[in-house]
Amino acid sequence: MDAKDILGLPKTPLPITQEKKPRPQKDSQRKPDGISREVYALTGGLAPLMPSIDASQLKRRPPSDEKITWQWLPFTSSARKDNLQLYHWVRVVNGVPPTGDYSFAKYNKSVDVIKYTDEEYEKYLTDPMWTKEETDQLFDLCERFDLRFIVIADRFPTFRTVEELKDRYYSVSRAILIARAPSPGEVAGHPLVKEPYNVSQETERKRALSMVLSQTKQQERKDAEVLAEAKRIAESRMAAQGAEEPDLPVTSDIVPESVERAIGHGDTISPSSVQVPSAAVAPSTSIMADNASTLTSLRMLRVYLRTYALEQMVQAASSSAGLRTIKRVEQTLQDLGVNLKPKVPTKAVCAEHLELRKEILTLLNLQKQLQYKEAEGSSFRDGSYGDMPGTPKRSHRAVDQDRTFVPDAISFGGERAGKREQKRKGPGRVSETPSSPAHKRPRKMKASDL
Amino acid sequence: MPHTATETPAEDGGSASKPQRIIKLGKTPDDSDKKSANRRLKDIEICVPMVCGTIAFYLGRKASESQSHKWTVYVRGATNEDLGVVVKHVVFQLHPSFNNPTRLVESPPFELSECGWGEFEIGISLFFHSDVCDKQLDLYHHLKLYPEDESGPQSTKKPVVVEAYNEIVFPDPSECFFSRVQNHPAVLVPRLPAGFSLPAAVPFENMNERGRGDTKDHPLSQWFMNFSEADELLKLAAARQQVQAHIVKLRRQLSVIDGMPQPLKPASSYECT
Repeated sequence: MDAKDILGLPKTPLPITQEKKPRPQKDSQRKPDGISREVYALTGGLAPLMPSIDASQLKRRPPSDEKITWQWLPFTSSARKDNLQLYHWVRVVNGVPPTGDYSFAKYNKSVDVIKYTDEEYEKYLTDPMWTKEETDQLFDLCERFDLRFIVIADRFPTFRTVEELKDRYYSVSRAILIARAPSPGEVAGHPLVKEPYNVSQETERKRALSMVLSQTKQQERKDAEVLAEAKRIAESRMAAQGAEEPDLPVTSDIVPESVERAIGHGDTISPSSVQVPSAAVAPSTSIMADNASTLTSLRMLRVYLRTYALEQMVQAASSSAGLRTIKRVEQTLQDLGVNLKPKVPTKAVCAEHLELRKEILTLLNLQKQLQYKEAEGSSFRDGSYGDMPGTPKRSHRAVDQDRTFVPDAISFGGERAGKREQKRKGPGRVSETPSSPAHKRPRKMKASDL
Repeated sequence: MPHTATETPAEDGGSASKPQRIIKLGKTPDDSDKKSANRRLKDIEICVPMVCGTIAFYLGRKASESQSHKWTVYVRGATNEDLGVVVKHVVFQLHPSFNNPTRLVESPPFELSECGWGEFEIGISLFFHSDVCDKQLDLYHHLKLYPEDESGPQSTKKPVVVEAYNEIVFPDPSECFFSRVQNHPAVLVPRLPAGFSLPAAVPFENMNERGRGDTKDHPLSQWFMNFSEADELLKLAAARQQVQAHIVKLRRQLSVIDGMPQPLKPASSYECT
């Protein structure tokens, strides 16, 4: 409205047809059938897509030809074995009470506990650990308590663990099933037969659960620390593996291309192809897969431009990296004095360019890792010591200081040296506690080294 | 409306000889019975280095509002060899404000000259001979008329030159294409593995009729740039070395952190001196 004022446009909607259209729409919105507006508004003012209750039914009055009375009447339930008669209110229509069983009787479910005869017991079910009497008692309790073994164990006359009781019950049932079945194939599908109860496993599982449940907080923390260390060691091992073979991802990338060139040298193809699978061990497997698929899709084209191919490969290589990382890669390229898009994109130049980009990505990842490790290290220390500020961080300090040199040195062009430093200080200084006097030392050393 | 700059020699813009009627080694495309020469060579890449560029001259006194510059757009071999061995014709797509903005250039040298005042993206479509590739290749080149350095009046003698190097790659060429071009200076062809034999190549019969397609003595050749991959390769190699050195350093630092013992009990005395 204000906008119209400002623009000096007429406020009234000009064509009359426009007015008519919104009205019928609003009408249906405003008047829900069958229920009052307030009630309808409770639903959020919008009808649900699938109305669970037909709204028109809610306000429906009973048809006038029916006479409804409510009477206090006795009833019986098929779920009860005794003939107890209880009373409840019943809706009587035209003097005719409703027929049928008690409506909740159908919920009276029970377990089919197997009943064996004495002969069957003698034949199949004898067990050194169990007397017949005990077994009978067990089954009686199972029937009474619907296989609630905790209760059964509680009421069992002699002391037996829940697992023992379960074991006996399930093995007896299984034996009877198999014995009574006309052929073994028929019961082979029955869950009791397919997966018998495994006592030792169950006991072990419950023991482990109870151990976890009863662990103190101290123990929990210790476990977490051990796991974190293990993870770190595994990661550094992977990184070390990757460092040892920096050539492999490079050569194996160039392999598909150089195969075309060096097709005459059949012997070189086999060792390089052998190297390819071992290179896949390094974390760059996903990058390799991307490269391979890009190469195949390029080959599907009958003709393409080298620059287009490079673009595709660069995209594939940076597919796992976020936008910020890509920007950092480009910044690094610029600092190194390398054109973002090669001026002379020959095959060799494009290959080198791609490899350089990948190496920069690795470099940035390593930097991030280093940051995380430092953060982890210092926060872990804080955690295990409770709230102790100024915890010993001397060794970390040394690394911290080293690390700040790396970004400085990365400013190859030299122009950005100042800015880089400022940037790095922010996120890098994780373990900065103003109280620790150790703070001063690294600063001093840095200044002297600069 | 195919036409080229008036300076180019021996251009047959409308003469009788039709360069498209090239005899394809005695085969027509229907002749698929003779599959041997149509077999494709997998894992062999034929590469045609080319340069795509524009040269624009300020017209000076002769300039008018609508025609201030005379410019030429072209596609040439990177070493000025004849691209006609691979490229059949080129279509330049100009700004719609030009008459007949779709300009077909049927024979090398593939270039087009016009007069105008505005800068725009020129669409360039390369069409190849049928044994080379049946798909066209599209690229774009921005026409630059005004120099970067805006100080002073524009010179009519020194043009604004923008050239872009690129390579046309044919990932799995047909055998007959390969044999036809394997000795041509405009085309980079890898060495075949030992024992590979190709059918003898029959060159296009009317190559001589067409006149030169190479641009070695082109009147504008003095402005052509030289593209050498050596500089770029050197720079890239140096950059990679630097990055690799840093990676090694970081890895060392990471292993130092991992190797450090993690104390699990509150330390007795770590003095922060």
